[in-house]
Amino acid sequence: MSTTTTEPTRPDHDTPDARHLAWGPWQTGLAILRRDLFVTGREFPIFLAQVILQPLFLLFVFGKVLTELGYARPGYEQVLFPGLVALAAVLTGLQSTALPLVIEFSYSNEIEDRLLAPLPTGAVAVEKVVFAAMRACVAAAVMFPVGVWILGSIPWQASTSAAVVVMIVLGALLGAALGLILGTYVPPNRISVTLTLVLTPLIFTGSSQYPWPSLSSLRWFQVVSALNPMTYVSEGLRGLMAPSVPHMQTWICFVVAIAALIVLMGVGMIGFNRRALG
Amino acid sequence: MEPGRQDRMAEDLLDSGPTPVPAVGTVPEAAARPVTGGPRRPDRSDGPVLAVEVADLHKRYPRAPKDSLAGVSFQVRRGEVFGFLGPNGAGKTTTIGILTTRIRPTGGRAVVAGVDVVADPVGARRVLGVVPQQNNLDRSLSVRQNLLFHASYHGVPRAERIRLADALLEQFGLADRAGGRPDDFSGGQIQRMMIARALMHSPAVLFLDEPSTGLDPAARLFLWEMVAELKAGGTTVVITTHDMDEAATLSDRVAIIDHGTLLALDTPAALVRSMTGERTLDCTVEPGPGAEVGAVGAALGALPGVIRVESLEDPGGAGWRFRIQVDGESASFVAPVAQAISATGGRLTDARLGEPNLEDVFIHLTGRALR
Repeated sequence: MSTTTTEPTRPDHDTPDARHLAWGPWQTGLAILRRDLFVTGREFPIFLAQVILQPLFLLFVFGKVLTELGYARPGYEQVLFPGLVALAAVLTGLQSTALPLVIEFSYSNEIEDRLLAPLPTGAVAVEKVVFAAMRACVAAAVMFPVGVWILGSIPWQASTSAAVVVMIVLGALLGAALGLILGTYVPPNRISVTLTLVLTPLIFTGSSQYPWPSLSSLRWFQVVSALNPMTYVSEGLRGLMAPSVPHMQTWICFVVAIAALIVLMGVGMIGFNRRALG
Repeated sequence: MEPGRQDRMAEDLLDSGPTPVPAVGTVPEAAARPVTGGPRRPDRSDGPVLAVEVADLHKRYPRAPKDSLAGVSFQVRRGEVFGFLGPNGAGKTTTIGILTTRIRPTGGRAVVAGVDVVADPVGARRVLGVVPQQNNLDRSLSVRQNLLFHASYHGVPRAERIRLADALLEQFGLADRAGGRPDDFSGGQIQRMMIARALMHSPAVLFLDEPSTGLDPAARLFLWEMVAELKAGGTTVVITTHDMDEAATLSDRVAIIDHGTLLALDTPAALVRSMTGERTLDCTVEPGPGAEVGAVGAALGALPGVIRVESLEDPGGAGWRFRIQVDGESASFVAPVAQAISATGGRLTDARLGEPNLEDVFIHLTGRALR
């Protein structure tokens, strides 16, 4: 049956009236971000332990133990440290979106309350990525004092510090966008195996433990590494923090990282909308 | 389904005009307790007359062979409690999903409190509240924080949301455990929390998805009281349920949907009244000497107003049992039936009146097949 209504229909903003005039999707997005910060803030020590542990051991074993035992050449920490900062940023970003999204979409359904909040559906995904990137930036930042503590000194150029910050933020966003894809395309019963299958190659082909240009003798691995977006974050940070180490040209790193971020975000947003809207 | 029924309903709706919001006195007694300390109920007297308008709504999921919704239309008036019934997979969840902006329709129009849910989902989310079937509370937050953060998403000012949260926690009997995490609560309490949360932004239309599933009788009664109270406060409530008692008790009007089309829409009483021929009289007969079942059945079938006579198995063996379908009040058939049985030499020893209820309407419209 078709009905044509004869009754007046006009927007009903009578509910909480005036406050809606001033309240927009931005404020809702910030309120959701505040919730995430509130929950993480309460568990900050646990969060720190989570993000520090792996890079700490990598730094200690590869940067300190192997060098002191003479198995790694002195100066290897110049290669390793920027790479591990990149690893911390990308990996923490990924882990902060992938698993929470899977859980919130399937087991806990927690995301529903946010999807029903007055903001566009895509904005919920953007908030997730922004929050994950914030966690990832904290994880990357923590690497600096840890690096000083374990290695004694870390490669650092005062003149490039702003660019380093930008690169870390890019790496954090890249990781979070990758996590958005995993968290929305992978079915819940496969996420555990997928994370294992994705994380290990991601960690070891992202040029965090070796400078990419030196791979010219191992051509196939150089090509594989070039396909990992993390390589551009590692190489970018290496070029900015330890320019004496062989590294990819910094501008290439920025361009590819930004392009990869745009593509990954686009794919992730499609996945998110598919999960969020029937 | 009876042909033309939907069209009649549409006309009824269009002709009926604004429905007066019932006076508080008409609310069931149990619900008449004052809304003291409860959430502020905004005055909706100047809002649109229709709380929900659905016109020719279609939905086909990707790769599905046919439409899940094949042109559903209905309207819910402001301040009404609207029951939405249908077997599993009938299209209820899809319809509610569209109205609550979580599912995009492939055709048609859906408007909630004057806001088109497709054109302006963000605006629609401001005016609607959803209580889902499954627990979707924020596990990382306490009960009180769940309420407060929800309100903050909806822009309720800080002082107001604190006052509102405390009032709702009190009203819903959750105040003494407001600091607890949702995981530590029972199903009934979780549901009260979800309702309280949905009320934090004072929605004009509240959607309750199978709210009494898994609730104990006390929790169910509380839910019913709460719905009546919300209605008294002017909130429109759309409720999906499998519980026919619940639908009949709570709803001003009921829609029955199946296979993606609306089969019926009316007040529960009118739907039951429409079941002519569904009134029955079950009687037990002590047969006279030499009487035959067929002959007694034929005598009963010959009575004016009797539609059908069915001979029933009688496990007890106390006599012959017949189910007589009648057109009219079944009580008025007791005397003629007794006389007709006497005329065959037998005696009427027991008679039970069968009045149809909403469940009969539902089964009549949607069938008995398991889905």
